[in-house]
Amino acid sequence: MTRTPFILRTPSTLIVLAVLAVFTITVTLLSAAYGTGAIPTSMVKTLGMTLCLALAAVAMDLVWGYLGILSLGQMAFFALGGYMIGQWLMYARTEGIVAASLSGNPIPFTPQELRDGVTNQIFGVVGSAELPMVWGFAHSLTLQLILVVAVPGLLALVFGWLAFRSRVNGVYLSILTQAMTLALALWLFQNDSGFRGNNGLSGLQNLPGLDHVGQARLSVWFLWASALALGLFYVIAAWLVSGKFGSVTRAIRDDETRVRFLGYPVEGFKLVVFTLAAMITAIAGALYYPQAGIINPAEMMPIASIYLAVWVAIGGRGRLYGAVIGAFVVSLLSTWFTGGRAPSINLPGYVVNWVDWWQVALGLSFVLVTLYAPKGIAGIFDLIGRKGDRA
Amino acid sequence: MTRLGRVLPLLAALLMPICAQANPALEAVIADNLEGLERPSRLTVEPLVAQIAATGPEGLALLQAWSERQLGLTEDGRAVIIGDDDAATDAVTGQPVPEADPQMLRPNSGVRGVIESALVAGALNDPDPSRRRAALDSLARGGSFEQLTALRAALDDPDPTLAARKARLERLLTIQVGENSEARVTAIEDLAGDVSLDFRAALNPLLVTRRVVATEEPQGNVAREISIDGDDLPREAAIALLVSEGVLEPRLTSAEQRAALAANLSDGRVGGVPVADLSDPDARDRAYEALEDAGTVPPAATEAEVQAALDAHRVYELYAEPDPAVTEAARAAQIRAQVRLGAMQGIDLGLDALSLASIYFLAAIGLAVTFGVMRVINMAHGEFIMMGAYTGYTVQTLIADRTLSLVVALPLAFAVTFGAGVVLYRLVIRHLAHRPLETLLATFGVSIALQQLAKNIFGTQARPLTAPAWLEGSITINDVISISSIRVAIFVLALLFLGLFLFIMKRTRLGLEVRAVTQNPGMAASMGINPDRIAMMTFGLGSGIAGIAGVAIGLFAQVTSEIGQQYIVQSFMTVVVGGVGNIWGTLAGATLIGGLSKVIESFNPGNTLAAQTFMILFIIIFIQFRPRGIIPQKGRAAEA
Repeated sequence: MTRTPFILRTPSTLIVLAVLAVFTITVTLLSAAYGTGAIPTSMVKTLGMTLCLALAAVAMDLVWGYLGILSLGQMAFFALGGYMIGQWLMYARTEGIVAASLSGNPIPFTPQELRDGVTNQIFGVVGSAELPMVWGFAHSLTLQLILVVAVPGLLALVFGWLAFRSRVNGVYLSILTQAMTLALALWLFQNDSGFRGNNGLSGLQNLPGLDHVGQARLSVWFLWASALALGLFYVIAAWLVSGKFGSVTRAIRDDETRVRFLGYPVEGFKLVVFTLAAMITAIAGALYYPQAGIINPAEMMPIASIYLAVWVAIGGRGRLYGAVIGAFVVSLLSTWFTGGRAPSINLPGYVVNWVDWWQVALGLSFVLVTLYAPKGIAGIFDLIGRKGDRA
Repeated sequence: MTRLGRVLPLLAALLMPICAQANPALEAVIADNLEGLERPSRLTVEPLVAQIAATGPEGLALLQAWSERQLGLTEDGRAVIIGDDDAATDAVTGQPVPEADPQMLRPNSGVRGVIESALVAGALNDPDPSRRRAALDSLARGGSFEQLTALRAALDDPDPTLAARKARLERLLTIQVGENSEARVTAIEDLAGDVSLDFRAALNPLLVTRRVVATEEPQGNVAREISIDGDDLPREAAIALLVSEGVLEPRLTSAEQRAALAANLSDGRVGGVPVADLSDPDARDRAYEALEDAGTVPPAATEAEVQAALDAHRVYELYAEPDPAVTEAARAAQIRAQVRLGAMQGIDLGLDALSLASIYFLAAIGLAVTFGVMRVINMAHGEFIMMGAYTGYTVQTLIADRTLSLVVALPLAFAVTFGAGVVLYRLVIRHLAHRPLETLLATFGVSIALQQLAKNIFGTQARPLTAPAWLEGSITINDVISISSIRVAIFVLALLFLGLFLFIMKRTRLGLEVRAVTQNPGMAASMGINPDRIAMMTFGLGSGIAGIAGVAIGLFAQVTSEIGQQYIVQSFMTVVVGGVGNIWGTLAGATLIGGLSKVIESFNPGNTLAAQTFMILFIIIFIQFRPRGIIPQKGRAAEA
């Protein structure tokens, strides 16, 4: 019995990869650094960040669309990934700056002086004189890169194990994930948490040692990296859900009890998907925040995770490309409408200013999508006759 | 200025109008005792002071000026008082004396003590109760032994409150300045166990300590020896103490060392050490020592010297109060006071927790109802709280009388949010039956739309919802236990709704039908109950209570479009922890969450963020043991 190659069984994956490639090449050719400059650097960054959000949405879709867990804490993993990479970015860059200023002295500096200088630079703002323990690995890029996946992965593993083994599910689980991200955000908001409280980590857009490259080229590099990550993890996710593993997770989504009675270790499946999704989300976050330049605990307040769920729902959950579409459409529309550039609508007696009314429109359209288009935007592909594959 | 000087200006001001008349008795006393006024002695001055005090208010004013060194004698034998503005007035007539050049009187401290006690005695025996009270107020801020003696002589008072106060003040003053150690210890023991501020304030100065560095146990009232490098005195602090006491040369900070090295740089070497090696702290020390030996830099304490000094010295805490019996009694009394204080703070904490629990209860009860009946989480619940608060605010702008506006606002908020709840149910939730996660997200959409709508209508700044005057202020039981009236009112409101809710659920047709639908919707429908109508009514009821909670919360918090968000997560927690089985679960959940957050907060005051974090962690762990809450829903409905 010959098996059709996975990639041919899921033509949607090919299409997504092709669109992604065309998108990346187009943006590169229109960027200021490698092309005509029709797209300003800030827009390149926005597009790169949107790619990361799309990756987070793909992970969210894995958990929600394929496993049935409405996790309202995904952005905690996203921000944690950002914090982990941000630690290295901030430490290494500050170290460079401090070393430069110290080398002005006739006497060469000691390692202790360098560390004190860095500590003072980073933590002076929260009044701390000692480098917190959690910054112990910050000098090493390799270690922090490992932490990018290890910390959120471990958190998801422990949290998932605790939640799944006590059979918390449905809305209870959603509330619990929301509580988790809120707890984490509140903890990080403290000044003595070791992550600079509500100041967060900043200056992340400057890569240590790459100051001469310039933001225009860096932004394109990050766009490539984000596109690569999205493509890679999209393929992995699509492969995962196309096989028997995916069938089991969908079965868990539709009737957990029955799957358990059939002898499948439901908790194990849930834990694997939940942890994997957390790690993918963390990688997306680690690529996102160097483009955003700043991260603070507000990023992991529950509302951010709910928005992620909104994107997936509007895009069409239960299909990976739906998540990508949703993230792109809604986040870019939000940026456009709240950026103040959308033209106001002049009604008789009242001017609808989109900065004020976009949230209302988003909320209501979200209700409408849930009510009348449960398949989301991706459902359009069904309507126009092309039989969308249920990857 | 003496302590008495604080009372006497008041007395002087009261007496001023009378001073215009001459006082022949005082004039006679002054004329007879010019010598005594000019050169008083502690032993002989007492009868003179008594004579002057007996002449009336002018006499008292003169005594006050005398004790404050503002009294002078003129060439022609008249006593004049020099005011703060250097203007002289005649002590007898109160008339200004132009161009007086008096010889100022300088009584010594013994004489001044006699004068002051005479003045206190005068004020304490004054027929006017308000003057006696003013004198006591001044004494309560502290006094001398002479004043204490005067107070003891004046303990009887026709006014029972003032008599009690005098007796208490006598004890407190005895603690501070009593005649001997037995009297002071007795006074401390008399009051031990008291938690009021004045007693604790009287104890504190007795227990003030200072740190002394010595090689052997010093003279004086030693509180304890502090071990160096312990929790109370870390090594760095001990070094700083030794340096400030002058027994140790200051150590060189690394910045000073670097500056000194940089100043002595020659030919790429410092003290024989190549500059390139100086990134090593040991090399820097070597270089500095070489410079020290050469005499180019001042010597600094090396690590060995520091350690030697630390080993050679011991640190003691000495009481400022020299009497060991007194400090011991004071220490014992303070511990007793602290224990009782702890108990009372516990009660106060309990009251705080109770009020917080009632707020969570009010906020969560609607959520629990809708979740129990329909299995849906209404994310817009917080916005119903907000609607209630804004309704209260709007009513207050229309009706000026606050009590009336509150009476109107409560039912109106219920009506508005009941209506909003019914509309939300008809338009959205009904169409999403049996899809709880979709309902959650759809109601979230409603929530962000409503929040932004509120911002567009009412603006982003906080709107005040002011409580009526009778709800302002607080109920104070003693110095420790107090609770604001609004919180009591909210507690009563929560009880009221608990009762109302129990009544509806247990005693009315609607409650019966709600319980039937909760337990088995299919069976209920086949019995002729319309589950759709019941669900709608329950949803409206739950939303209506959220509106009431909104008014209540608005009374003590600012009304903003985010007011609901601040309570919604706690409300979710309350529902999750309590379980959705019945209202007692919600009550238990609210009590647990409210109590726990206050208790955690009290361990870590000022850090509410950490308190909330630990709270949520606790809930996550709690769910491990009771996944369906404290009072879980039982039977087939629970599996739905």
